Order: sequence, then C-alpha cells, then structure tokens
Amino acid sequence: MMDFKYILLMRHELLLVLVAVIILIFDFLTDREKKNRLIPFSIYLFAGAMLVSFFPVKPGVLFGGSFQGNALTDFFKDILNLALLIVFMQSEGYLRKEENREKIAEYFVLLILTLVGMDYMVSSGDFLTFYVGLETASIPLAGLVAYDKFKSRSAEGGVKLILLSALSSGVLLFGLSLVYGATGSIYFSDIAKHITASPLIILGFIFFLSGMGFKISLVPFHLWTADVYEGAPMSITAYLSVVSKGAAVFILTIILYKVFKNITGLWETALYALAILTMTVGNLFAIRQNNIKRFLAFSSIAQAGFILVGIMGTGSLGMTSIVYFILIYVFTNLGAFGVASAIFNASGVETISGYNGLYKTNPRLSLIMMLSLFSLAGIPPVAGFFGKFFMFTSAGSKGYFILILIGVLNATISLYYYLMVVKAMFINKNDHPVPYFRSPNFLRFSLLLCSIALVFIGFAGGIFEYIMSVSHVLF
Amino acid sequence: MIQGISIYHFLIVSTLMFFIGIAGFIIRQNLITILLSVELILNSVVINFLVFNRYLYPDQLQGHFFALFIIGVAAAEASVAIALIINIYRRIHNIESDNVNEMKY
Repeated sequence: MMDFKYILLMRHELLLVLVAVIILIFDFLTDREKKNRLIPFSIYLFAGAMLVSFFPVKPGVLFGGSFQGNALTDFFKDILNLALLIVFMQSEGYLRKEENREKIAEYFVLLILTLVGMDYMVSSGDFLTFYVGLETASIPLAGLVAYDKFKSRSAEGGVKLILLSALSSGVLLFGLSLVYGATGSIYFSDIAKHITASPLIILGFIFFLSGMGFKISLVPFHLWTADVYEGAPMSITAYLSVVSKGAAVFILTIILYKVFKNITGLWETALYALAILTMTVGNLFAIRQNNIKRFLAFSSIAQAGFILVGIMGTGSLGMTSIVYFILIYVFTNLGAFGVASAIFNASGVETISGYNGLYKTNPRLSLIMMLSLFSLAGIPPVAGFFGKFFMFTSAGSKGYFILILIGVLNATISLYYYLMVVKAMFINKNDHPVPYFRSPNFLRFSLLLCSIALVFIGFAGGIFEYIMSVSHVLF
Repeated sequence: MIQGISIYHFLIVSTLMFFIGIAGFIIRQNLITILLSVELILNSVVINFLVFNRYLYPDQLQGHFFALFIIGVAAAEASVAIALIINIYRRIHNIESDNVNEMKY
C-alpha cells in the first residue's frame, strides 16, 4: 500500500488541475453578460494555488521512479507558476475585448493545463512521462495560438505550430525508440548505465536532439518560431517564449547531464556547433525585423544560443547557471512583452517604427521597456548581465574560451538592435506618437514586479547560492 | 516473434516508413496529406518500439506501453490539427499550403 503523503510530491500538478476544474465550474455558473468577472477570479485563484504550492515537502519518487520530486524541480515549478501568473496579469486588457467574452474560461483552463504538462515533464524520471508531459504542453498551445478565430494570421500560426510540433515529436520519438532498442529501458537511471558510443545510440541521440531543437527553436530548426510568434495573441507569444522554452531547456539539460552522461564529449561537440549557429543567425535575422513580435522572436532564438553555451559547462555549475538564467529571463522577457502588449491593446501599434517618440507620451512604459532590453542585451547593472555572466563562467570552467569569445561578440551585435528600439522610443521624432493611455491595474502591477526584479535580482546573491545548493541533488 | 522473419525486416520497413513520412511532409502541398505524413512517422515509431520489445527484451512490457501511449497522443494531435485545418478552410476555402503563407522570414 502506497504511503498517502507521497502524493504531496505532486502538489503543483494537482493544485493546477483543481484550479482548472474550479474555473470551468465558475464559467458554467456565470451569465453571459458577466463573464468578465472570470478574469480577476481566475487570477486570484491561481495566485492562491501558487502560494499554497510554495509549501515545502521532503524529496522523493513516485510510481517506481517515473515521477521525481526534489528541491530543484520544486523551485523550477515555482518559477514557471510565477511566470504564468505574470502572463495572466498581462492578458487582462486583451481578454476584456468584446470578441473574447465567450472564450475567457478556455484561455485560462488551456494555459493552466499546458503548465500541468510542463510540470510533469520537468519532474519526469522516464521517457514515457517526459513524452506525455511534452505533448500535454504542446497540443493545447496550438489551440491558443489560433485563439483569435477571425484573424487569418492567427489561424496560420496555429496550423504551423501543430504540424511542426507533431513532426518534431515524431523525430524525437524515433530517436527514443532507437535508444530503447540499444539499452532496453525507458527509465533515465537504467538507460544511463547502458549508454555507450555505439552507432545506434549516436543515431538515436541525434534524432532526439533535433526533436528537442524544434521545441526550443535552435537554428536550423527555428523557422517556425517567428511565424507562430507573430500570429499568436501577444500574451500567448510571451508564454511560448518564456515558459514553454524554459521548461524544455530545463528537461533537456537534465537528460543531457543524467542520461547521456557517458557520451558527454559527443553531445558537447553537437551543442558547440548549434550554439554558434543559433546565436549568430538569431542575431542577424533580428536586425532586419520591424514587427516587435518577430523582433522578440529572433531575440529569443539568440538567447537560446546563449543558454546552450551555459549547458556546455557540465555539472552543478552548469545546471545552476541555466536555472538562474531562466529565472532572470522570465522577468526580462515578460517585461518587454508586457509593455508591447499594453501598447498593442491601447493603440494597435506593433511595429518598431510605431514606437517613435514613445518617451514623450508614455515615459514610464518606455523606461520599463528600456530596462528589459538592457537586461536582454546584458548591460551590467541590470539582472540580465548576471545571468549571462554565470553562463559564460560555467562554459569557461570547462575551457571553452573560443565559444565564449563568439558569445561575447554576439552579445555586442545584439546590443545594436536592442538599442535601435531604445533609440526609436527616446530619440526619434514623430508627429503622431502613441497617445498617453492608462493600462489596466493588473498589467501595471506585473510591470512593477518585473522592473523591481530586474533591478534587484542581480544583487541578491542568496538566490544563486540557493539554486547551487539544491542542484547538488542531481549529481 | 514470428518464425522466419528477422528483426531486420521489421526495422527496414519502419525506417522506410519514417523517411517516406519526412519526404511527404516536405513535398506535399495539401495540409491533410501533411498530417497523414506525420501519422506515418508516428506509426513507424510504434513499429520500432514493438519490435525491439518483442525481439530483444521479450520479458518486459515497456515498449508495448510506450506504443499504446503514442497511439493515444497521436489521436489527440490529429484531432486538434484537423480542427485548425478546418479553421483555415473557413478563412480561405482552400487547404493548400502555398496559400497559407501570409507570414514569411
């Protein structure tokens, strides 16, 4: 008989499912005219569930090793919860539009269920749980990308996402089937013992890495990214670029470190090439974008390249730098997307040239956008610098100095296009700038949270040391 | 295990199916046919799992379970994809991928 208290290891997932069911029931009981009440109700309910799941539980495994709960996965799930809460707060203005009134509940329920899938993926202990979690996370997202039913771009983005994510999971699964054939197990710990550099395992690993490359949009598997990001509603784009990508990066790191530990030299070579390609191509394509969503899409591709540099420094330093970077990346990117979605909802502007002269009319929004862009570029006092610094440190501890040099050059190139947006907001003249507007309160609060985090998180050294202390459980 | 048919025969068939699926995904224009190609890829994976389990590790069931889950998830994926393709059809009365190219580069 299973001890009942072990079920508490799944408290994040179970609470999220409970929240989703309560939102559906509340939706059923609400009149059509009063559906807007769902927005604050769902946000407060989700925030409550997030606070409850902070409650610490002793580490352990469930279902014979299929589900692992420890301090590192709990911390990462808390980051994901916080990111989704910020996304919810930023989508208030969008959901209050007349055409979305019928579908408010679906928006919250589908997003929460994708998070459930990601949580299962993050704490998976075998490839079956990993695969089911991955699909639970990616199938509803296609529906959310096509959420604007009457816009053809949204429909196009949805179709592109579902077909390519199905193809990528097919490729990934083919690799997993070869690894299963060579090792005879689907559990991470059993596979790790039997991994050798045999041709079958190398072929399987390459298919697996290509499949994961689609999910975290590495070059040359990145072509879907900009189209899907452009077609999706702004807050879904933010969710795709932060939460979805962050969870996939985390589990990729764990699988590389734990399962493919015996062929570390092999995957380091592959990641070396992918990191250089991803940083460079992402940066070069970002320069020529004028749509703010496509711009942030290519900037997020370039950031994925920097994350790969961090993965190269294996061991607990690598793991810590990845989790720390994702924590900072959540606030950075959601800050930028928050400002972009505030401007889009108020005036319909989503081009960079439309931002000309924004500082004259909306100085506070421009300042937050500037902070976020400086953090993405990695300029010292802002948090993004510390995230990049620790990732380069992690790669440097293994002696990849040429890779770090290329990374620093790319960070310099990226400064050019981030500053182009800052220049548009602060220096460029415009006869008809976006007029002054006041955003909904939830959005203002989320932007305040992001900017406080961006300024102070780099100086709170305790966070990095806490992640360092919990990531030792892996090794 | 089937007498007279070795594991290589099954693996050749499944690998061929996989690459036919990839080729179909790239070459075909019709969105439904592209979806069919993806299904071909997933089915080749199912064959792989079953054959490896039956021939190499006959005392376990992990491959069989994996195959069952793939079939279930593939059904969910196909239903969502078809819903989105119908959504496209309502917009442009056509499901050729050449006509779904409003966004590029």
